[in-house]
Amino acid sequence: MTTTADDPNAELNAKRGFIARSWAFLLELWQVLTRPSSVFALGTLVLAGFVAGVIFWGGFNTALEITNTEKFCTGCHEMKDNVYAELKSTIHFSNRSGVRATCPDCHVPHNWTDKIARKMQASKEVWGKIFGTIDTREKFQDHRLELAAHEWARFKANDSLECRNCHSADSMDITKQSPRASVAHQRFLFTKEKTCIDCHKGIAHQLPDMRGVPGWQ
Amino acid sequence: MMKRSAIILLAVAIAAGTGSLTAQTVTSGLRGPTPLNDEGPAPPMLPNRNTSEKEVRNYPEQPPVIPHNIDGYQVDLNGNKCLSCHARARTAESQAPMVSITHFMDRDGQFLASVSPRRFFCTECHVPQNTANLPVSNDFTDVDTLLSRASRGGRR
Repeated sequence: MTTTADDPNAELNAKRGFIARSWAFLLELWQVLTRPSSVFALGTLVLAGFVAGVIFWGGFNTALEITNTEKFCTGCHEMKDNVYAELKSTIHFSNRSGVRATCPDCHVPHNWTDKIARKMQASKEVWGKIFGTIDTREKFQDHRLELAAHEWARFKANDSLECRNCHSADSMDITKQSPRASVAHQRFLFTKEKTCIDCHKGIAHQLPDMRGVPGWQ
Repeated sequence: MMKRSAIILLAVAIAAGTGSLTAQTVTSGLRGPTPLNDEGPAPPMLPNRNTSEKEVRNYPEQPPVIPHNIDGYQVDLNGNKCLSCHARARTAESQAPMVSITHFMDRDGQFLASVSPRRFFCTECHVPQNTANLPVSNDFTDVDTLLSRASRGGRR
């Protein structure tokens, strides 16, 4: 192992470019990492690795949970002034029993792999935020159809999974529903002919221009 | 002397009149005992009739009433939730009554291919019905009742 003090090529080293020096550093790091430790006991290394793992994993999940709150979502005025404001007058925000859906209940899958996939997809929204893609009401209205179409496609593809996280077809008591709802659910939901989003578009946010959307005029 | 007593009498009469007016609480059937310059408590809101069964029209030209809830139904430039069931092409699936053909007519009586813009906003004429009792009784008699009265020149 060489140190820079007694390295005869120290002067030469300093003259080399940044990329060459970085490469040399990485090479040395790799050599250190791949050799067995001669200083720390195996137990120490295992314990340190375990503690570091707990801290890393805990931190990662905490950060993930923070990004999965309504407070985080409505931290941007794009969400607060448009979609969140629209949600407030709907039954998913205020209703007789006081149970309500927050943004991630409908817009983020609940199981882990799908959630991570969605989070990675959502990194594009950071781009949109930085470049102000929907930073005014007018721009938001212009993009509304595109944004809504993404969500409809997602719900259609996963058989309205985020609806069904709360609204289970098995637990649905159709005798408690209005005659119209009970007939429709028996004909289309129970037969799996349609999924929730096919009929229940625009229940939490205002609709975009619906011309050309199936089932709409 | 005569004039002075007349003035006093008038003053007493006015005072008595205003006194009796202020003491009086005006009770109207609709607004209850709330004084006229106050606003009384609002009565509780009642649910809509939600039977989904067609209701009889009170007179031939009455726009049919909506026998179901329409809470949160969006009807604006972007879309018309009502037409998701009541449009001609949707009625087979929904089994809902189709919007009448008069809704396809423009002002000159020409038929358009779809619902005319002036007939697009359903709730301008069609409204859901509440379960509240009538605050004022209604003695409206429909035309069929009038026709069926046995009278000269009338239908027997």
